[in-house]
Amino acid sequence: MKFGVIVFPGSSGDLDAYHLVKDILGAPVEYIWHEERSVQGFDCLLLPGGSSYGNYLRGGALARYSPVVSAVVDFAHQGGLVLGIANGFQVLTEAGLLPGTLYTNTDTRFRCHFTTLRVENTETPFTRNLDRKQLLSIPIAHDEGNYYVDAATLQKLEANGQIVFRYADQNGQTTEEANPNGSVSNIAGVCNETRNVLGMMPHPERAGEAVLGSTDGLTIFKSIIKYWEGRQ
Amino acid sequence: MRPEEWRKLGLRDDEYDRIKEALGREPNRLELGMFSVMWSEHCSYKNSKAVLKTFPTTGPRVLQGPGENAGVVEIGDGLAVCFKIESHNHPSAVEPYQGAATGVGGIIRDIFTMGARPIALLNSLRFGPLTDERVRYLFEQIVAGIAGYGNRIGIPTVGGEIYFDRCYQGNPLVNAMCVGLLEIDKLRLGKATGIGNPVILAGARTGRDGMGGAAFASVELSEETEAPDIQVGDPFTEKLLLEACLELINNGDVEGIQDLGAAGLTCAVSEMASRGGTGMDVELSKVPCREEGMTPYEIMLAESQERMLLVVTPEKEAKVHAVFKRWGLTSTTIGRVTEGGMLKIRMHGEIVAEIPAHSLAEEAPVYYPESKEPAYLKTTADLPLATIEEPEDYNTVLLELLASPNIASKQWAWQQFDYMARTSTLVGPGSDAAVIRIRGTNKALALTADCNSRYAYLDPFAGGKIAVAEAARNIVCSGGEPLAITDGLNFGSPEKPEIYWQFRQAVAGISEACRVLGTPVTGGNVSFYNESNGEGIYPTPVIGMVGLLADATKYCTSSFKAAGDLIVLLGDSADELGGSEYLALIHGRVQGKPPALDLAKEKALHHVVRTAIQQGLVRSAHDLSEGGLAVAVAECTFENQLGAVVEVEKGVLRTDSLLFGESQSRVVLSLAPDKLSALQALAEEENVPLHVIGRTGGDRLQIFIDGNQYVDQTVAQLRTVWQEGIPCQLP
Repeated sequence: MKFGVIVFPGSSGDLDAYHLVKDILGAPVEYIWHEERSVQGFDCLLLPGGSSYGNYLRGGALARYSPVVSAVVDFAHQGGLVLGIANGFQVLTEAGLLPGTLYTNTDTRFRCHFTTLRVENTETPFTRNLDRKQLLSIPIAHDEGNYYVDAATLQKLEANGQIVFRYADQNGQTTEEANPNGSVSNIAGVCNETRNVLGMMPHPERAGEAVLGSTDGLTIFKSIIKYWEGRQ
Repeated sequence: MRPEEWRKLGLRDDEYDRIKEALGREPNRLELGMFSVMWSEHCSYKNSKAVLKTFPTTGPRVLQGPGENAGVVEIGDGLAVCFKIESHNHPSAVEPYQGAATGVGGIIRDIFTMGARPIALLNSLRFGPLTDERVRYLFEQIVAGIAGYGNRIGIPTVGGEIYFDRCYQGNPLVNAMCVGLLEIDKLRLGKATGIGNPVILAGARTGRDGMGGAAFASVELSEETEAPDIQVGDPFTEKLLLEACLELINNGDVEGIQDLGAAGLTCAVSEMASRGGTGMDVELSKVPCREEGMTPYEIMLAESQERMLLVVTPEKEAKVHAVFKRWGLTSTTIGRVTEGGMLKIRMHGEIVAEIPAHSLAEEAPVYYPESKEPAYLKTTADLPLATIEEPEDYNTVLLELLASPNIASKQWAWQQFDYMARTSTLVGPGSDAAVIRIRGTNKALALTADCNSRYAYLDPFAGGKIAVAEAARNIVCSGGEPLAITDGLNFGSPEKPEIYWQFRQAVAGISEACRVLGTPVTGGNVSFYNESNGEGIYPTPVIGMVGLLADATKYCTSSFKAAGDLIVLLGDSADELGGSEYLALIHGRVQGKPPALDLAKEKALHHVVRTAIQQGLVRSAHDLSEGGLAVAVAECTFENQLGAVVEVEKGVLRTDSLLFGESQSRVVLSLAPDKLSALQALAEEENVPLHVIGRTGGDRLQIFIDGNQYVDQTVAQLRTVWQEGIPCQLP
């Protein structure tokens, strides 16, 4: 299966996603320039973390208007797999592929550190290799990761199983202290109703090697490959 | 021209005469402005040049020493590391967020200008006490500014140092260091060569921002200082510029390239032409401006950020413009390289300035300012230890030291830095040195920035020497071989003989240490006039050092790893409390001589530590610095919350010297008991004193001296105090 890493103007995390897929997973991967109008030939699209357009205005707000995003939206509507990491998550909410919005962290500061994620739903292409309530150690690096949806939408997300990851403590409790940015209901990652589009603020591509502190992020990518192989 | 005209621009009367001589006539206003910025201390180093020449700058690995945008050192595999530190003190004092952000932006440009891919950032920051409201504002904004620029451009900020002292209250220090990697054959210099070659200005448009910034940097700050409009950083444009320039350089499309920083276009055109032995004919109406009606004076002197000047061959001109366009950037051919060394600046064809490039870039006067040993040293030098009362409760003293912002965890700051970007950070902020792996090789770099300015105040020569030794010790404790340094020399006004004496002494101290430790100076930055309302800062010679790990898997960190390991102290302790954090914090005295440093012993220690790490003998290594042995051991327990029992003998030492003295050339190691004999053999070979001082384990730190318990605290308690030291002072 072939991965594509979208390169927006000023994308800074494209390299990290690209290297994880190429060097650690050993899967085919190519960069996709923001002016591309087609994503034909790719099986999974990665919208990288870091920043795009300097995250001016707010993260994802400008990148959302890149020509390639229309192609990403069409691809997603046809059931293609899309993973948005951090800034990529912001782009996906701005583009309407995922519900909710990402506000500035409650303490208004950028935060870079490891977090513990609790897996809430394993019935997605991204989490099928994981166990429900499994804890993952995956870092965050953002200043606009405070996920918000209104109460009605939250209920709907809950009912549809669209909440994929929550910030938790070492015991798996979704405490306030474990929530690094003020996200509603400790939400760290959500998928769309058809579960082929996932957005998450933590960086699984930065948790792919033991020397970097964790390999837990790799499981998400391995799930994607397994799902795709099963579908063939 | 009336004397007020040049004096207003900071030029002396004899300098004006020199300008007339260089031109063979009176300068016009634009020409005078160009000279005033190029001959400012910030650009010309006229007050420091003669002294800086005494640095050792060569070595088998040095490919580029001082004089270019950054230094370059070879690391094998056809690769080289390019690095430099630079100050942005005055802008940060006035507009802390943007001042710090553009400091980061400027140093990143210096690195990719050389054809290197920036891979890491460090910083060295100094503030007044956090009890002051304005200081807290400066601290929060400067940290945010560094984070805002580095994080958005996607270069990890991996290390550095932060100190607090009253002397920095009105004049904070912001030194930013960038490290890049390049393939040796891709190295590009800021030279204008090839007569007739087009000169291209690329990147951001030119606005009226930062007018006269170089001159601003060359005066003392006071209540009346009129600050220029501080430049605003645009990390997005810089990211595009970085990618576009590296693409062009890697494809061999560039003859010469230089970034626009202090003194803007004036500096770039004159330095590039001067280095190439050429001239330039530049048409200012071609320069893309942000505002209408900008005058030649404004265009030539503006310090708008995120701009680059390139010299390319006529065949490549169209291609170069196309590449910038694809990256969404403006680029314009604004002139040609000419024969004869003359800069001809035109507006709509008419010559508005005509100056030999060499006289602007290289012929600033060189001064040998008067230097005189400061009187304060006579009173500070003497520290009768009998006048210092030994504490009764060592637990309290240790807790107070750990909570001191100078020793306390800097996590509040570095958690705001994206130190994991580029997924190559093996050791991030908080250990002795950061370690960054080099993709595609088995190698890694160890990086650090260090200075103890209290030592430099009490003895600038010793302070300079110790800064180098400590930086090297940090590199070594991480498993690296020290390669070379860049220096950020922050001082008060060089016009005061006492300050100039400090400067000369510090440079001499740095030079001596660099010679013995084999780490040449490859460049750096001098920042004078760090004073506010007549008070100078402590002399602050910051040493940025780069080290190499031939095997990236053999790095080491400071924290204890396993219970039951032996704790070993390498090096000897003496009754040295002069300049210590303990003396300043607990006894309120900045006094005495800094600890003695024997460079031969230091070098031997490095050899032992590095070999021990390479041979896998030790599990942790941590150098002793502020707070001495007790603080160093406490710091080793924090990360894995693994306690220790330490038992030492007092001998002839005072108890406070033994626990908190800052004797040099000491390192704490932890190792499995079965590795001890191998380590002992190594230490013996190099004549490095080795003391087994305890064992790791449990959840407490206990320190016994001659069998009596002096410290007994839970690691959790010590760690909390250390972690809260800075946040608890912030609202």
